[in-house]
Amino acid sequence: MSGLFDDLRDLYQEVILDHGRKPRNFRRLEDADATARGDNPMCGDRIELFLKMTPDHHIAEAAFQGRGCAISTASASLMTEVVKGKTADEAKDLGAKFRELAMTGTCPDCGAALQDDMERLAPLSGVHEFPSRVKCATLAWHTLNAALDGTKEASSE
Amino acid sequence: MDTLTPATFDVARIRQDFPILSQPQARGRPLVFLDSGASAQKPRAVIDAMVRCMETAYANVHRGAYRLSELATDSYEAARTATARFLNAADAREIVFTKNSTEAMNLVAHSWGRGVMTPGQAVLISELEHHANIVPWQMLRDDKGIELRVCRVTDAGELDMDDLERKLADGKVGLVAVAHMSNVLGTVTPVERIVALAHAHGAKVLFDGSQAAVHRRVDLQAIGCDFYCFTGHKLYGPTGIGVLWARLEHLDRMPPFLGGGDMISVVTFEKSEWAAVPAKFEAGTPPIIEAVGLHAAIDYVTAIGMPAIEAHERSLVDHAMGALSEVPGLTLLGRAQDRGGVFAFALDAAHPHDLATLLDRAGIAVRAGRHCAEPLHARFGLDNGTTRASFGLYTTKEEVDLLARALTEAREFFK
Ligand SMILES: Cc1ncc(COP(=O)(O)O)c(C=O)c1O
Repeated sequence: MSGLFDDLRDLYQEVILDHGRKPRNFRRLEDADATARGDNPMCGDRIELFLKMTPDHHIAEAAFQGRGCAISTASASLMTEVVKGKTADEAKDLGAKFRELAMTGTCPDCGAALQDDMERLAPLSGVHEFPSRVKCATLAWHTLNAALDGTKEASSE
Repeated sequence: MDTLTPATFDVARIRQDFPILSQPQARGRPLVFLDSGASAQKPRAVIDAMVRCMETAYANVHRGAYRLSELATDSYEAARTATARFLNAADAREIVFTKNSTEAMNLVAHSWGRGVMTPGQAVLISELEHHANIVPWQMLRDDKGIELRVCRVTDAGELDMDDLERKLADGKVGLVAVAHMSNVLGTVTPVERIVALAHAHGAKVLFDGSQAAVHRRVDLQAIGCDFYCFTGHKLYGPTGIGVLWARLEHLDRMPPFLGGGDMISVVTFEKSEWAAVPAKFEAGTPPIIEAVGLHAAIDYVTAIGMPAIEAHERSLVDHAMGALSEVPGLTLLGRAQDRGGVFAFALDAAHPHDLATLLDRAGIAVRAGRHCAEPLHARFGLDNGTTRASFGLYTTKEEVDLLARALTEAREFFK
């Protein structure tokens, strides 16, 4: 019976389990410049995202709170790390590429410029084999768009 | 305890009646289907009856003056008679076919709630209800000024009968609407006591039998309630058909729910006259093939015997209580004395969704989330939801053991 779940190590890589257990930037930013709430009504995942911007419109800091499965928590945690220092447009572009990665497992037109970021996010690419879990991985990124666009609420429907 | 299972109940033989159980699954693992509480698998007898209806005896009902239509009408009405017998109803006209139990409860909220209840009266539900027995009453409340009261559930997951009595005391409650069996806690509620209390305070009683009718023999004469509903697809029947039973005197007083063909006797542009019960509540072409399937499902479980099914389930429940209590870090939601084969639990290290994905890999189908009972999960402080394993008559002890072993291993995985 041992190794019943061995083939799930692709989905739950050590990085994901680690970020899922000990999410980074898991706190409220009291003086945030932008915030948004994201809900996944299907499974009850919920995050609140906080952004602080630099005077020249780069993301100075990103943090989040909420509840969710290992995948949605790890995805939010990794996202708060990789978007730091990016402009709104750069962050949104990265989010679009990440969603493609999550849905298909690859991102052919990611290009060299995003290579480092995509490598950091690559552990989440395994979700593409689990259609019901893709939304868990993309919730944080939908919420990021909502915060940057000022729409305040996102749903990964 | 095996002594509880009559010798005639042969689960291995029963499993052969369900074609899907022998379908090869991914990675060659057998299907371990522990989500029957959401919807049950279908036996060959149901599948064949529906195919036979379409191949040999299908036409619209109550309409054509030709043989096929008469055959179809006979099959449809035979399903009504079989359903009445299954529930021990006094009269087949008390059986209204709906789309599912959700529609049955909406029918009562609409027709009884808006047509018979009066503003200032209250509906009393409980914390353990499925959304289908919450939302229609909230809509009634907002529409008609009917108060909505909620009976508390104890930490063990049983109805707090003292609270029920307190909330009935002022005599304003017109209807008590509670589940006969919880789809999360497995709790079987004390229906006869509820009826006695409610009737003593002038309230009618509706039971949501969506879960209970699958696991227990339902004897409406013994229960004594006013409304009862269940849904075909959980009783090994097809989707698209549900049942509302109500006392004839109530149905006669209730205005129709939906308008259209089949539910009228006379139509002019000035006004229409309603058809007699139950046609009054069955507007439009009804679920004919589904009724035939439901009939076959009722015949199937009746041939095995509801007492035998219940005994098998009791022995599975005892077995599961033991096996699950040995899983480290597992918290079971609800420990009612009288319970059926539904187990919702939290595993300390794992979110229900991650757990369901893992179990799926082991070929085990369980449900993760809040199971359409969000207020109940909030009541127990489990906003992440739970993982739920629910049994059918084809569930085996070996499957329960496999679940317990997989949960133990899943915990290691997430540690
Ligand atoms: C207790 C209970 N009530 C109502 C329902 C609703 O059944 P249906 O979706 O068939 O209307 C369910 C099933 O999901 C249930 O378990």
